[in-house]
Order: sequence, then structure tokens, then C-alpha cells
Amino acid sequence: MTLSMELIFSLAVGIMAAAGLYLILRPRTFQIIIGLSLLAYAVNLFIFGMGRLRLGAPPVITPALGGNPALYTDPLPQALVLTAIVIGFATTALFLVVLLASRGFSGTDHVDGEEPEE
Amino acid sequence: MILLPIVLLPFIGSLCAALLPAHARNAEAWLAGIIALTVAVLTAAQYPQLATDGVLRLTLPWLPTLGIDFQLRMDGFAWLFAMLVSLIGMLVVIYARYYMSPSDPVPRFFSFFLAFMGTMLGVVLSGNLLQLAMFWELTSLASFMLIAYWHHRRDARAGARMALTVTGMGGLALLGGVLLIGHIVGSYDLDAVLAASEEIKAHAWYPAIVGLIAIGALSKSAQFPFHFWLPHAMAAPTPVSAYLHSATMVKAGVFLLARLWPALAGSDLWFWLIGGAGLCTLLIGGYLALFQNDMKGVLAYSTISHLGLITLLLGMNSELALVAAVFHMVNHATFKASLFMAAGIVDHETGTRDVNRLSGLYRAMPITATLALVAAAAMAGVPLLNGFLSKEMFFAETVFLARPEWQRLLLPVAATLAGMLSVAYSLRFVHQVFFGPPAADLPHQPHEPTRWMLLPSALLVAACLLVGMLPAQTVGPFLRAATDALLGAAAPDYDLAIWHGLNLPLYMSLTALMGGVMLYLPCIGRRSERIPLLERIDGKRFFNRLLNAVSILSEWLLGRLTSQRLQRQLLVIVLVVIGGSLLPFTPFASSTNNGPLLFGAQTPTETDPAFALLWVVGALCAVAAAWQAKLHRLAALILAGGAGLATSLTFVWFSAPDLALTQLAVEVVTAVLILLGLRWLPRRDARFRAGKAEAPRARLRRLRDLLIAIAGGGGIAALTYAMLTRPPVDGIAPFFVAQSLPQGGGLNVVNVILVDFRGFDTFGEITVVAIVALTVFALLRRFRPAPESMALPAQQIRDAAPKPDPAASLPTGYLMLPAVLVRLLLPMALMISLFFLLRGHNAPGGGFVGGLIFATAIILQYIVSGAVWVESRLRIHPLYWITAGLLCAAAAGIMAAVSGNPGGDPFLASQAWHGSLPLVGEIHLSTVLLFDIGVYLLVVGATVLILVALAHQSLRNLHRRTETGAAISNTVGSTISSTVSGAAQ
Repeated sequence: MTLSMELIFSLAVGIMAAAGLYLILRPRTFQIIIGLSLLAYAVNLFIFGMGRLRLGAPPVITPALGGNPALYTDPLPQALVLTAIVIGFATTALFLVVLLASRGFSGTDHVDGEEPEE
Repeated sequence: MILLPIVLLPFIGSLCAALLPAHARNAEAWLAGIIALTVAVLTAAQYPQLATDGVLRLTLPWLPTLGIDFQLRMDGFAWLFAMLVSLIGMLVVIYARYYMSPSDPVPRFFSFFLAFMGTMLGVVLSGNLLQLAMFWELTSLASFMLIAYWHHRRDARAGARMALTVTGMGGLALLGGVLLIGHIVGSYDLDAVLAASEEIKAHAWYPAIVGLIAIGALSKSAQFPFHFWLPHAMAAPTPVSAYLHSATMVKAGVFLLARLWPALAGSDLWFWLIGGAGLCTLLIGGYLALFQNDMKGVLAYSTISHLGLITLLLGMNSELALVAAVFHMVNHATFKASLFMAAGIVDHETGTRDVNRLSGLYRAMPITATLALVAAAAMAGVPLLNGFLSKEMFFAETVFLARPEWQRLLLPVAATLAGMLSVAYSLRFVHQVFFGPPAADLPHQPHEPTRWMLLPSALLVAACLLVGMLPAQTVGPFLRAATDALLGAAAPDYDLAIWHGLNLPLYMSLTALMGGVMLYLPCIGRRSERIPLLERIDGKRFFNRLLNAVSILSEWLLGRLTSQRLQRQLLVIVLVVIGGSLLPFTPFASSTNNGPLLFGAQTPTETDPAFALLWVVGALCAVAAAWQAKLHRLAALILAGGAGLATSLTFVWFSAPDLALTQLAVEVVTAVLILLGLRWLPRRDARFRAGKAEAPRARLRRLRDLLIAIAGGGGIAALTYAMLTRPPVDGIAPFFVAQSLPQGGGLNVVNVILVDFRGFDTFGEITVVAIVALTVFALLRRFRPAPESMALPAQQIRDAAPKPDPAASLPTGYLMLPAVLVRLLLPMALMISLFFLLRGHNAPGGGFVGGLIFATAIILQYIVSGAVWVESRLRIHPLYWITAGLLCAAAAGIMAAVSGNPGGDPFLASQAWHGSLPLVGEIHLSTVLLFDIGVYLLVVGATVLILVALAHQSLRNLHRRTETGAAISNTVGSTISSTVSGAAQ
């Protein structure tokens, strides 16, 4: 296994996913919100990777190049990820406000709304 | 065709009735009465055509892909029922107008009443079994609403719930049976099903079908063992009982059995199941009716018993018995509706329905008493009344039953016994209430009700008499049409005469009459609180126990399968996903893959050291963020932003400028968002640094989670690598690239996908964003921070910035220079955002990026100059922006409908206009741009709304603090002064 762009990309996705997974298993709401962001980066990169890694391929149709699809990057994963990024922001905002409200009501930032007994 | 209005009119009327004012009793009654009358007239007008054509049909496409149509089908049988439903409905409406008290909210009553009538007509006129099952469930729902009309009463709620549970469960069974039939026949069409009778009966599923249909029909018709719901449904207003339990709801069950009789009847199973249930119900219902103390209770159990009689007839597998069953359905509807009305009148005028309290009402209300007497006589089967005729037919059927010897002996005896019970409870109903000495202690002084309340009952009683004396001339032809429709060529000959000579059925009738009187004699004057023999068999108790058991079981199961703790839930999800992804490596997996699992055939791309370095930093940031998220929130936020930046650069690296731009803009906005939230989170560092010893279990748990995370991350990395090293799959991407310019008119394929090809998805997405923004706004309006977050943070106290002055043009202090710069930035940012928006179709950019850029610029104003200053100069109404954005996007979609093409294009199909304007020159306009403008406006509005709403919490907190602070100082002050004055004394 030589060091290739693919390998680096995979490791990046894996490490961010691992950090995100660790965080969403933690008990404090702030940890969850950071964990979800990291997980979202990893998942977005993964979906983006579905179109394979292309260096220097034009993302926008250039009339000089013609309409051969093989010359361009895969636009579909990009469109999906673009949507996911914006929705990700919206859910982060919603989650943040919910956790603030929950903290106001319950007086704790534990995910279950109460401090564990131990 | 006229069939559609017959079904639709009541529903339309129901909507209208719901909109009338609360006390418009007359208007409501007129509306409902006219609709019922119109339906009746329309139905009646079909009769001549029905007589020549046999069956009238109306077919509308419903689910054409499944081959299912919405079919209305009227034959003689359906016609008879539609007439019953509409005519008795009209009479009940008149009655209800005078029965309901002025304080009852009548719109609800008449609205549900009409809806119920519509559903019932739907059941009767359905030409498709699935559609019938649907209307069947709707009758359950509508009846639930009607029974629970007086929902402040506990018994009404409980009775309604029980009725809904039992009949709804039956409806589910019916649906199952219908699906099985549809599977065998290949169609849900009623004609096709009836024609496939032999096929169904020969099929191995026949017992299951009969069982399921029987559960549906028997539960609806309150047959043993499901009979217990009906007496509890008596908590409904009496007009509801008069309608539901005479002509409609409970008749739906026997209607269905008769409807499917040609397809399903004729087997031993049918005889034992349907006939057995009918016989049990006939006897148990009659017996229990004898011991009821509530007038409506007597009627409820007698309804159960009479429906048992009909069911028994249907279960006898004989054509003549079917005729008798149909005849008795009609007769029972007339006399039972009028008896319910009589019970309601007594209740209305005296204030009680207790048979033991009431007595001698004949003197005070002679007309009511006469009507009730005749109707009860019809129920008892006294000659010259309609009940006698169908009962006589029933007796004859039991005698001539084509069954083994012992059943032929037993059945007539049972029938005679049931006849005796029927006579006895009818006698008790009339005698105890209307005869004997006048009752002394009634809540109201009894007197005759208004004429209009008597009229419906009188009409029904007149029908009983007419049919009873001249059956062949009145009901004869209609009955013939109904039975011909059911049986076709197999319809038997019968004679609807009163006098058939001195035969066995007549002797049975006479025995029943005399036996009934004998049975009643010992009951006179005896108050029965307990029911002998059957006291312990209480369906309600059993039902409640069953419900309890079900809820306990489901609670137990829920307790086993779920956890209240979020961490545990997430742990299970993560573990299941990891475990599931290991499945291909187990020996159980079918090996369809060729080649090594991890490495694909794609030649790897050569490494760029800069990219490797980028991700060394990015990965470090991610790991450090995970490590710091507990104690150093700000550091974690910054580190996560670093990982986001690396992600953004990766997008640039691999030719995705649109993603990189959006990611970068979102990164900024998210960072501001979380920064605003940080202030309201509890202090963590002080508490945890205080040297609190950590439990070893917590450390162990962290280790476990770390291992799980490494396993999950490793798996995802492996999956990514396996995917990236395989050659790309030619999916639908080439289509988008090839069609982007010809069809979408844009060079930026990603943007064309978003705003054109998949515009509907984007429309949904921006709607979600708008909803989220509104939710955030709404949640924050009621936000109460935790008390310890109220105080000013240490940083704000230490580096106290001068209080912002809305009047000053520039802030003083260290923020002066940034303020100048940021204000200059705003118009430029607006221009750049518009630039990105407009060029988005042909170059990287678009509404999302543009909107985020402008929103960032607005937020910058807030950050530097403070909310008070900004809002004193610049009123941004984010809600208007959101609305305008949604409207723009929707308008772009709707424009497709008014395109040049005949019939219009589908929603969101892009429309373009190319032409030249004076002065401006050549111009290209497209709805796609309008759509993208909508996206832009909405993103600006939503982002600003979310962030500003959050930022405003600090301002509100300032007010809260000063209020509570003032309150505290006041209390303290008064305490001190009172202590001082106390000490002085």
C-alpha cells in the first residue's frame, strides 16, 4: 500500500469520523455538537469521494472542451454535499438552541437532562 | 352520473355544518335535513333505471397503477340500504333539532352526523372491496366522534374509545380478509369477487378469509363475543343511538355479510361461525335485555339480540333465510329507531331513563306511549306489525333447516325461546314505563313533547303498521329488487302474506307470545340489580383487562428494548452499524465480489506532499477538538474549525469550487453561532479542575468509547479507500453533464442540478431551512437561561467596553477602527454576494454562497457595533426575507404552469425568455434565476434570524438582570430597615 492521495483522503475521513464518533458517545451536549460537526465533515468528504478524486478537471463546462462527461468532475455528489452542508448548518443551529433551552430548564448540560447519580 | 353526489353531498354538508355558529340549531337542522332529503330523493330517483338496468355504476380512476378504481355501484340491495340511511337520517335530524339542548354545541353534532351518513352511504355504495374497507373504518371514526359527543362525561369517552377499539380492530381484520380475497380473485371489484365464488371457496385460504371477514362484521354488528361495546355506546346522545344502532353502524356488519353471502356462504364453516355467533347473540342479548334498568340499555341489548337473529339467518346457508334477513334488517331499523326516539323523549321530558323509577307515563304522555307501544309490539313480533312477518319467516327457516336431525330440533326450540325473551323485554319496557301508578319522584313533571319531536317517531310507527298489514303492496317490490340483486337467478320465490295458514311457525309465534307474558309476570315490581347466571360474564371487564395486559406488555417490551439514556442509544446504534458492516467478512455472506475487498483496480493518484501536510494538520485538529471538547470549549471550537478548513481546501484540491465556497461560508457562520451559544453553557473548568477524583468507571467507559471510535473510524477509512480505488461507476452523472447546457442553459453543472434538474429537492431544502430558523426564533422567545449564567462573564467585566451609545456615529475605544472598516465592507459584501448569485449558473457561486456572504457581512456589523447601534440604524426584517425567498422560489416553480405548452409544464420546469430591450440591449431571463434569488433571500433571512435571535439573548439578559437585581436589593433593603426598626423598638 503506497502512500497515495486516496490513502491520505481515506485516513482523513477515518480520523475525523473516529473523533466524531468518540464525541457523540460523550455525556455533555457541547461534545455532541462538536462531534456532529466532525462527523458531518467526514460524511460529506465520503460522499464527495463517490465521484472519485480528480485533479485539475474542470468543474464547469468549457465549450472548448466539448461535452464529453469523462473530462469533467462528477457533479452529482457535489450537488448532494452542497445541500448537506447548508442543512448541516441549520441542524447545528437547531440543536444548539435546543441544548441551550434544555440547559435552561434542567440546569445541566448532560444529554439526559439530569446529572448521573454516581 | 348521479351516484357521486349521493356520497359526496353529506361530506360537503358536514364541512358547511362545521362552519356555522355555535348555537344555530335551526340552520344546522335545516342544512342536515335538506341534505338527507336530497340524498333520499336522488336515491329514489334511481329506482326506475335500476329496475331496467339492474346495476348502476360509476368508475373514477383512483390508483390506476395498482388497477384499483374508485367505484360506486348501486343495485337493489344497496338502493334499499341507501334509502334507509337517508330517510331515517332525515327523521333523526328533525328529532335531534328538538332533542339537543340550546347549550349543546350543535355544529359539531350535525357535522359529524352528516359525515357519518356520508361514510355509511360510502360503505353501502362501494363497488370495490378496498374502498368499502376504507369507508368502513371511516364509519368507526365518525361514530367515535358521535358517541363521545358529550366528551365532558367520562362514560361517553370510555364508551367511544371501546367502540372505536373493537370496531377498528374488526376493520383491520376485514381489511386482511379483503386483501386475501383480492389476492385470490386478482381484483377487488365486487362483481369480480362475487363471480369468483367457487374459486374462493375451493382455495386453501377460505377459512382464513371467512374468519377475518367474520371478525370484521361481527365486531361491527356487536355480535357475541364482541357485543359488549354496544351498551357502553349508549352514552351517546339519543339521536345518535337512534341512528347508529337502528339503521346504520351496526347494520354495516350484517350488510357486509349479506353482500358477500353469494361469494362466501354455503359451507359448514360459515354455518358454525356465523350461525353460531348469531344464535349465541340472539339468546344472550335477549336474556340480558330482560334485566336492564336503563331504557336505552334494554334497547341496546335488544338490538344486539335482533342483530343476532339476522346473523343467524345469514349463517343458515339458505336463500330464503337470506331474504328473511334482509327483510328483518329493514323492519328492525324502523321499529328500533322509533323506540330509541321514544326513550329519548321520556328522558327529555322526565329527566330519567330508569325503568324502575318511571311508571304510569301513559296519563301524561298518551301519544308517546301509544307510539312506543306499537313499536314495542313490532319488536315483540305481534301480528299485523312488520316485526311479526320477518320473525315468522325466521321461525319457518329454523323448522325447515337442511341440517342433521338434532340441529333441526334444537334450533326451533332456541328460536321460540328467543321469541319469548323478546316478548318479555318488550312488555317490560312498555309496561313499567307507561303503565301502573303514576311515578312520584321524577326530576321533571312529565308532559307530551313538542309535535315535531313526535313526528319522526310517528312516521316510523306508521311504516311498521303499513308494512305489517300490507307487506306485498309496500315493501314487497323493493325487497324483491334487493334479494334479486344479491342472489340473481338463484333468488327464491316467497310470499309476503300475513296469513300462511295454521302451520308450525304460527304455533311457535303464539307460544312465544304467551311464554313471554308468563316470563314477564314474575318480574313485575321486582327490582333487578343483579343479572342471574350471567352476572360474572362481563365483556367490559375482560376488555379492560386485555387492554391493561397489552399496555403492560408493551411497556415491559419497551423497557427491554430501549433506554432513556441517549448515550446508550447512540452506543447501540454505532455498534450495530459496525457489526453490520462486518457481515461481508463472515462466512455467511454470499461472495459475489471478485478481487480483493480493500484494493480496487484504479491506479492511485500520486501524492502531493502539501496535501499530506494539510491533512496532518487537519487530523491533528480533529483529534485535538475531540480531546478538548470537554474542558476547553473555545479551543475545541477553533480546532473543529481547523478541520473544517482542511475539508474546504480538500474540496478545492479535487475540483469542487462550489463546495469549497459554501463550506467556507458555513464554517464562518457556524463558528459565530456556537460562539454566541457558549455564553449560556455551564462553567466546566472550575468544577473539574477542583481535583474531583474521577470514578474509575468513567475512565473505563471513555476507554471503551475510544476503542469503538477507532474501530468505526478505521472501518470508514477502509470503506473510503476501497471505494476510491475502484473505477468510477457510470451512473446518471453523464446525463447531467451532457444535458446541463442544452436543457438547463447553464455551464455550472452543480448549480444547474440544484436549481433546475433537482429544483424540487432544493425547494424542499430551503423550506426546511426556513422552518428551522422559525423554530429557533420561537424557541428563543421563551428562553430562560440557567440562573448561574445570568451574571456577566469575567471577561466582560475585566475588559469592560464602553457602553454602546446608539447616538454616536462611531464607537469609542479599540473598536473604532474595525467599525469604520466593517461599515465600508457592507456595501462591498452586498455587491460581491450579488456577483456570486448572478454568475452562479455559469461559474462557481449561486444563491447559497451569495446568501451566506451577505449574512456574514450583516453579522459583522452586529459583532463590531453591537445590536443596539445596528438596530437603531438598520432595521433588518429577516422574517420578510424568508417569506420573500419562499415566494420567489414558489413563483419560479408556478411559472411553469403558465408556459406556452398546452396544459403547462410540471412544477419548477425552467422557463427562459431571450430577447432585447430598448437601451439595455440583448437580455436573457430565466425562472431559474428567480429561483436562485429566492434561495439567496431565504438563506440571508434564515441565517440572520438565527444569529440575531441568539445574540439578542444577551440584551434580554441585561434587562432580566437589572430587574431581578432591583428586586433583590429592594427585598434586602426592606429586611434591613425592618430589622433596624425592630431593634430600635
